[in-house]
Amino acid sequence: MSSPPLLEIRNLTKRFKDRPAVENAGFTIARGEFFSLLGPSGCGKTTLLRLVGGFIPPDDGTIFIDGEDVTTRPPEKRLVNTVFQSYAIFPHLDVAGNIAYGLRSEGVAAAERERRVTEALHLISLSGYGRRRPHELSGGERQRVALARALVKRPKLLLLDEPLGALDKHLRESMQIELRQIQREVGISFLFVTHDQEEALAMSDRIAVMQHGRVLQVADPKTLYDAPNSRAVASFIGTMNFFHGRVIGSDGAAVVVDLPDFGRLPVPKNGGDNFAPGTMVTVAIRPEKVTLSPVPAPGSVEGRIASITYLGDRSQIKLAVGTGKIPVTAILPQEQSIQPGADALYVSMPAVSILLLRD
Amino acid sequence: MTPAVAHAARGYLLLTPAMAVLAFTMAAPLGLLLAYSFWTQHGLVVDTRLTLAAYAAILSDPGFALVFLRSLAIAAMASLAAIVLAYPVAWFIAFRARAKFLWLLLVTIPFWTSYLLRVFAWKVILGYNGVINSGLMALHLVATPVTFLLYNPVAVVLTLIHGYAPFAVLPIYVSLEKIDPSLLEAAADLGDNPAKRFFRVTLPLSMSGVIAAFVLIFIPATGDYVTPSLVGGANGLMIANLIQAQFGRADNWPLGAALAITTIAAVSLLCVLAATGARRAASRIR
Amino acid sequence: MTRARYGKVRGAAAYAILYLLFLYAPVLLLPLFSFNDSVFVAFPLSGLTGRWYSAMAADEEMRIALFNSLKVGIAASVASTLLGLTIAQVLTRGIPGRRLFAGFSNLPLFIPDIVLGISLLILMTRLAIPLSLATVILGHLALCLPFAAGVLLSRFEGFDLSLEDASRDLGENAWMTFFRVTLPLVLPGIAASLILSFVVSFDDFLIAFFLCGTDTTLPVYIWGELRFPYKLPNVLALGSTILLASTILIVCAEWLRRRGTQSQPAAVAI
Repeated sequence: MSSPPLLEIRNLTKRFKDRPAVENAGFTIARGEFFSLLGPSGCGKTTLLRLVGGFIPPDDGTIFIDGEDVTTRPPEKRLVNTVFQSYAIFPHLDVAGNIAYGLRSEGVAAAERERRVTEALHLISLSGYGRRRPHELSGGERQRVALARALVKRPKLLLLDEPLGALDKHLRESMQIELRQIQREVGISFLFVTHDQEEALAMSDRIAVMQHGRVLQVADPKTLYDAPNSRAVASFIGTMNFFHGRVIGSDGAAVVVDLPDFGRLPVPKNGGDNFAPGTMVTVAIRPEKVTLSPVPAPGSVEGRIASITYLGDRSQIKLAVGTGKIPVTAILPQEQSIQPGADALYVSMPAVSILLLRD
Repeated sequence: MTPAVAHAARGYLLLTPAMAVLAFTMAAPLGLLLAYSFWTQHGLVVDTRLTLAAYAAILSDPGFALVFLRSLAIAAMASLAAIVLAYPVAWFIAFRARAKFLWLLLVTIPFWTSYLLRVFAWKVILGYNGVINSGLMALHLVATPVTFLLYNPVAVVLTLIHGYAPFAVLPIYVSLEKIDPSLLEAAADLGDNPAKRFFRVTLPLSMSGVIAAFVLIFIPATGDYVTPSLVGGANGLMIANLIQAQFGRADNWPLGAALAITTIAAVSLLCVLAATGARRAASRIR
Repeated sequence: MTRARYGKVRGAAAYAILYLLFLYAPVLLLPLFSFNDSVFVAFPLSGLTGRWYSAMAADEEMRIALFNSLKVGIAASVASTLLGLTIAQVLTRGIPGRRLFAGFSNLPLFIPDIVLGISLLILMTRLAIPLSLATVILGHLALCLPFAAGVLLSRFEGFDLSLEDASRDLGENAWMTFFRVTLPLVLPGIAASLILSFVVSFDDFLIAFFLCGTDTTLPVYIWGELRFPYKLPNVLALGSTILLASTILIVCAEWLRRRGTQSQPAAVAI
């Protein structure tokens, strides 16, 4: 029999005043995995993290760490450590005191403690900062100290609650890379909470997308981007065009959908769902998959240019098609340019790039 | 004038009345008190030549030293006991109580009834025909009322603990309230059980409140006049009684002034020592 | 775990309730004896009466003392609140020597009342100023100022200065800005300062004891009754009435403060 997953949660539910914050959540995290919980604020991701950390008891469900049921264990008896959103650096202790905090709690001998603190300071590139007081540190430094303080305990799983949220964009990007490097180096599984989809896509092995307390989809970044299982996931990850249509027939591996401004389109059935004629569906396509051409092509429709936003390496174009109720967003790569004075382009949506989502 | 200088000048001008009032009602009287302590008085005539006579008189009479030490000991015991008794209540209000506002109000309200009548109430509780004696008699535990309850230093300490209770609860509550709850979660996360969390995080972070409580109770308690007069008896007299006597029956103002100056000096010194000691002790906790 | 935590809460709550009992029991003896039909304040109780309350209403000497205390309290609280306003206004807007001024206005808190009382007595005697309610008011200014300044400072510190800028930006001049923005926002602090200073002054015994001369204030009158009681139950009736009145006052003060951003009670602000 293979060894149990490092973390397994089953049917986890937590309500606050009868309003569910986490509802029936379940997934597993493997050893050494960088796993993210992604969702808008208020989606329950921090609550889920706090349930795993043991700071709040669940109303229902079970949490296993290394195959052991830890649901009712207090935080100090779980082999899990946390990097808090506010960092929670002890203001009355210096940097070394903060990092050694958990080691003293375990009763690690002084010499060993000192060795491990020095090691941890080296790991976070803050060697020589041991005697600094917390108020003398920058935001990024505090964040590293919080990380070192948790890692020095050698937990089986490290929980990180939006640890990069308080940092500016530039620092956040370099910390993303550094955090990922540190994670590979120490080989500990990370459970990382964020509301920033780019951050989650850039860093994670796998991501659980949450909304309204529910886990919508658990998958690797590429699958989430290319094959979201619902409109909510598709709209949360990246930019997406959505069109409403009705299924009018089936044709082998594809269904034919009637879209108001586009006419009939064959769409591949991904996942083998059975869409009966008459079903209302959502058709989705990424802006960069929409093709634009100055001349009509088979299956293309005319789009009037509504706006062009220059983004440096590319431009984003919004076009009005047919009645113009729902604009189509497309991406124009830098090398492709628009004829000066052109006010319309021909828009086509390649069938292979179209996603079919149930409403 | 630069705008910054003009701003500061306007500020100082606005502060002038308040500072003048403080100068006249506090700085000037205290300065004069200091001067008086170096003067002497013969009958109604005050001799303004500077001498150490008053201080020498204090040193030469062991009775003064006894009352001094007793006052400091009573005040220290009352402050410490008040802090120890109040800490769990402040902790409860800060971390566990649902209706914090209501609890704080409940703690404060008895404090605003006449201080004299509150002290008097303790006399009624501890007295010959008081609450405790009536209770003991009703339960047939004693045949005649006991007299050891009232007119001793213990009665003074007890009354002072009661009298200054809000000064203990409120500053400690404020310091506890400021503690970020995620610090306690972090301590739990790093392996501390509740008792360790309290001693390693909560207590050191609330030390400023404990020190404030000590200072706020110790200083007025040392100089308390009403409590020792009403419940202290002969063995519970404190320094304020002696000072008052110099301005009343004994009519020796320089001696009274010297006693007052000595009191301020001793109290300030002890407060600084206690505060530094407490801070040192707290910083040892790692 | 959940159950253990609830157990702990219940333990702490039980202790807190015991502590409140310790605080309230002595205080509640006063109303109890104010309805007791005996001139001696001792057990056993001898029956219910309202006569001390009618005697209180008829007690001329006590009424004079009460009015003296009210006069002193109102004068001291208004003056110390005005002075406290200037301190709060200046010190929250950054000025060199800020800490020094703040420390100086807090200094009376660190001087025992007995010392403040006798040193003021010496000063008044040296300056040949006759003792009267005026000298008591002067003494109470020193007593009340740290409280007034403390309450108002905490109120002003919570005050976002950019609100005044916004008002100026929207076209109001300095005066209208003060009336339409600053005043409404600090008004609860002013009320709390007035009430707190009044209660501090009204309850003071020692300063008045040394400075009132023949103009007895209420605590000085009560002191006399406690030592040589012949109308003590009248005092208890008055004390109970004042207890009720000051409870209402304090509840109002706290309620006013709660309407602002601060959540700490007035006394905490010291």
